[in-house]
Amino acid sequence: MQRVIAKTFGEISFYGAVALFVVMTAFPFYWMLITSLKSNPDLYNVTNIPFWFNEAPTLEHYRYLFEQTMFARWLLNSLIIGVSVVAITIVAAVPAGYSLARMTGRTGEALGIGIFLTYLVPPTLLFLPLSRIVANLGLQNSMWSLVLVYPTFTIPFCTWLLMGFFKAMPVEIEEAAIVDGCSLFGAFFRMVIPLSGPAILTAVIFTFTLTLQEFVYALTFISSTAQKPITLGVATDLVRGDIFFWGEIMAGALIASIPVAIAYNLFLDRFISGITGGAVK
Amino acid sequence: MVSIAEPITKPVSRFRFIMDRREVLGSIFVAPAILYVLLLVGLPFLLAVYYSISAYTIYNPTWRFIGLANFEQIVSDPVFLETLGNTFLFTFGSQFLGLVLGKFGALLLLRPFPGRRIVRALIILPWAVPIALASVAWEWMFDSLYSVINWSLIALGIITRADAPNWLGNPHLAMLCVIVVNAWRFFPFAIVIFLAGITSVPQDVIDAATVDGAGFWRRNYQIILPMILPIVAIGLIFGIVFTFTDLSVVYLLTNGGPVNATSVLGFRGFQVGIVSGDVSHGAAISLFMLPVLFIVVIGMLRFIRRREI
Repeated sequence: MQRVIAKTFGEISFYGAVALFVVMTAFPFYWMLITSLKSNPDLYNVTNIPFWFNEAPTLEHYRYLFEQTMFARWLLNSLIIGVSVVAITIVAAVPAGYSLARMTGRTGEALGIGIFLTYLVPPTLLFLPLSRIVANLGLQNSMWSLVLVYPTFTIPFCTWLLMGFFKAMPVEIEEAAIVDGCSLFGAFFRMVIPLSGPAILTAVIFTFTLTLQEFVYALTFISSTAQKPITLGVATDLVRGDIFFWGEIMAGALIASIPVAIAYNLFLDRFISGITGGAVK
Repeated sequence: MVSIAEPITKPVSRFRFIMDRREVLGSIFVAPAILYVLLLVGLPFLLAVYYSISAYTIYNPTWRFIGLANFEQIVSDPVFLETLGNTFLFTFGSQFLGLVLGKFGALLLLRPFPGRRIVRALIILPWAVPIALASVAWEWMFDSLYSVINWSLIALGIITRADAPNWLGNPHLAMLCVIVVNAWRFFPFAIVIFLAGITSVPQDVIDAATVDGAGFWRRNYQIILPMILPIVAIGLIFGIVFTFTDLSVVYLLTNGGPVNATSVLGFRGFQVGIVSGDVSHGAAISLFMLPVLFIVVIGMLRFIRRREI
């Protein structure tokens, strides 16, 4: 009997702890959702219970967001930036990752670690000189400055990620293709790339989410509303004077968060095996 | 002898010598990535170093060399010293909190239970969602008047509306807030890293330890922890580097305030170098990140390598 009680108590505290963690991580997003659906009189009344609707829910904030602000434009900007950065990154990182994975000896190892370290060079160290470079190229206040600069961290990141995947791919596949008459380049192009579709897809997804998550460079380079990507626009452009439009801000934050959250969950395991590939044997 | 099929002679490409030689092709393959990084990371880095020893501002873009004068001025500035202290507090406070929460969360998620996938998906959220957007949500939760946290504390009878804390308006509370938000953002990453490590430990090692009489704590801290240290080290590199150089959480939640109480290096460099346009001093402030980054990265890399042998 005592064992049953102890076991029940153990189960309750286990699920209690799990619930606590879920509340801790998910509550701010629940808060975004409920704020975005509440009418203003409901939001700005301290006597109301804030966790649920005290008046009828409304889509007014979403309508305002799309009709009265540049929100749709920011979505489009983010899409253009994301797609362009993905294209640049994949063209540079797929061959680089492959080459570094197949390089033997000290050079390959040193280059690999060098690439990894570049990913760790923080934006807050580089934003001053980069802002001058961007200005000299005539790209200040343009979203194309972000297309130019974002590959500085997405290329190292994807090269590192893809290096891990290519290392796991048996070299015999290429050798077989070469024996069958392919050049080395042909083996890479006709065998390795088609076989690494899932790895490249992972790189594409994470490059895209990295461009959505970036904030520092966007904040530094872009000040005109029409050129902002979505993260920057929602975080800085929905405040008029000193007044925060919380309903609209939360609606925008929620819309921008959803695709990233889904992508991370779908590709998480590949991501982890990629970045830790060198550390766990 | 008659051959059954004529061998097809393929036209030999002029580029055959490139296409076939591994070392040539290998160099060509890495070249674009390396070039991009050299031009837009290496070159700006050198520029940043040069700005810091020049008198460059956006109003007077001169390359005049003035030695270490910028650094001397910065070090004698009390606001900078406060910023430096804040940066360490912010980094190590949030990393410590994040690691503790991460280890605990990983222990919970290790055990299979119904709905684990959904729970994992929800727990990953703070790390996946752009931190700028999550920071804005937190800012709303810390609002001086409509804070949901204060509302709950009042409803529970812990505080009254009259003495409800102004989370982002009080220097100590504001520091606590940015630390908590940053720990909140990083601990799901720590969970994921711990889980990846723990599941990579072979079950027979754990079984052998159990047979030899190792209990829960001994298995955890003397068997599993040493084995997963390399992967935890990678997680820590990411965590420390990105927190030490962070700008967005502080910028959006407190804007460095109240009265510089939450100003950190990245934020101060932005304020001085971009907002005020004093590029040389801003660059010098940012360069103060470098020694710490070097120590962390070199220490961790040496550690990882030693583990592998």
